[in-house]
Amino acid sequence: MKELRLMKGNEAIAEAAIRCGADGYFGYPITPQSEVLEYLMAERPYEKTGMVVLQAESEVAAINMVYGGAACGKKVLTSSSSPGISLKQEGISYIAGAELPCVIVNVVRGGPGLGTIQPSQSDYFQAVKGGGHGDYRLIVLAPASVQEMADFVKLGFDLAFKYRNPAMILTDGVIGQMMEKVELFESQPRLTKEEILKQTPWATVGKTPDRERNIVTSLILDSAIQEQHVNKLRDKYIEIEKNEVRYEKIQCDDAEYLFVAFGSSARICQKAVDMGRAKGIKVGLLRPITLFPFPKQVLFELADQVKGILDVEMNLGQMVEDVRLAVNGKVKVEHYGRYGGMIPSPDEVLLALENQIIGGK
Amino acid sequence: MTEEIIIAGFGGQGVLSMGKILAYSGVMQNKEVSWMPSYGPEMRGGTANVTVIVSDERISSPVVNSFDTAIILNQQSMDKFEGNVKPGGLLVYDGNGITKHPTRKDINIYRVDANDEASKRGMLKVFNMIILGGFLKLKPIVAPEFIHKGLEKSLPKRHHGLIPDNEKAIDIGKEIIYPVNLLN
Repeated sequence: MKELRLMKGNEAIAEAAIRCGADGYFGYPITPQSEVLEYLMAERPYEKTGMVVLQAESEVAAINMVYGGAACGKKVLTSSSSPGISLKQEGISYIAGAELPCVIVNVVRGGPGLGTIQPSQSDYFQAVKGGGHGDYRLIVLAPASVQEMADFVKLGFDLAFKYRNPAMILTDGVIGQMMEKVELFESQPRLTKEEILKQTPWATVGKTPDRERNIVTSLILDSAIQEQHVNKLRDKYIEIEKNEVRYEKIQCDDAEYLFVAFGSSARICQKAVDMGRAKGIKVGLLRPITLFPFPKQVLFELADQVKGILDVEMNLGQMVEDVRLAVNGKVKVEHYGRYGGMIPSPDEVLLALENQIIGGK
Repeated sequence: MTEEIIIAGFGGQGVLSMGKILAYSGVMQNKEVSWMPSYGPEMRGGTANVTVIVSDERISSPVVNSFDTAIILNQQSMDKFEGNVKPGGLLVYDGNGITKHPTRKDINIYRVDANDEASKRGMLKVFNMIILGGFLKLKPIVAPEFIHKGLEKSLPKRHHGLIPDNEKAIDIGKEIIYPVNLLN
């Protein structure tokens, strides 16, 4: 049965992890995402479903526990915020190289460095373009509500297992700390050992006489084989780009101007759309839900329809590069950003549209 | 109906929990709600504020910078938010510790001396509910039976014995609130 609750975004992540039958969470506290670990510790799923909840000695340890758990075919996740996610990058690269499924949550705070604990979207590049070393991609989901925080944990695991690829939920302190109504999906049990063997025949769960041993590694010293491996990864990313693009179009049908924004910025732009429409400005919003794969095609098409695009992000302008690539010069694309933990208001975003796009400054 | 509210004061005054009770009550009455705190390295004595939106429709932005109602519990918050009340909107404040009273003429301003009343009656724990009561008298956006349910949901079970005190405080707030500036 579906259940309605009022929850913080971070709590929704934790509750969804329990409900989707996760085997383990490994984390280390950092604002603004500490409620994930706190909630799990208070709920004690280890007494109910047997899910492991562990506060590791560091972020590096936590991501390597995820690496180990995932190698055994387990459904495992971790969460952190920007500086902590930076620490996890080596492990994330290894996990991507070894083609293991897991969910990593980044509740972004302002940076660079230790920065601030206030919300930001300045880790877009890190999430979408790599972050760690090597040619790899994460599947990146950008929730814009507490509901999506819960839903995307499940979706993230589904995609991660479907493609044997780490999935990242890229969110920020706004969505993490705010409370909204959330309809929780029904709990599903953790997989049994037999089910794990069936779902992940590559997992290192002990050799049986009827097959060769499974090896999970990201170390391939023979360059020719490493190249083949990277080609295999490339083919997988192409497949993901073909199948998994997700976005939301808001009032785009008759739009003459367009906002492009993800996560909490998209919520702010949604209000700016309503305010703009009330003033007679035909403006719409395209909200990328997957940041990788990026919704290029729909933007390419919308570029024929609209007179200008304002990309709104809580950073100096990161996703705007992907918007410009998608639009390919067909229409003017400008960026409006606040950063360092500052959050733009809907009025301010609408004014930016009027000044930078409609006014054509 | 959409009501965008900022509640602001010192940490420890029950600003966040007042917002939480309002939000929970809204959920109980099947409304859309959002509760967006200014989180930070804040603690007792620091400033704290929360934006609560209660609406019959889907809420677009949980972040707003102009409000239908501002509920103000200290001078810093008065300085910060008096100017952010929408013209024609409402400002409710506790006079305790306020040295510069609000001066706007284009909004309705009410005062509720909840702190004094709560001290007099030995009800300091539910001081914030006196304020909330005052607000609910002026804008009954959620019905009393749903406030009761909201209290049940937002208070841990071990504190359910305090629900009658909370409800009494709401009633007191309704009695003692008085206008300072009224629009025609």
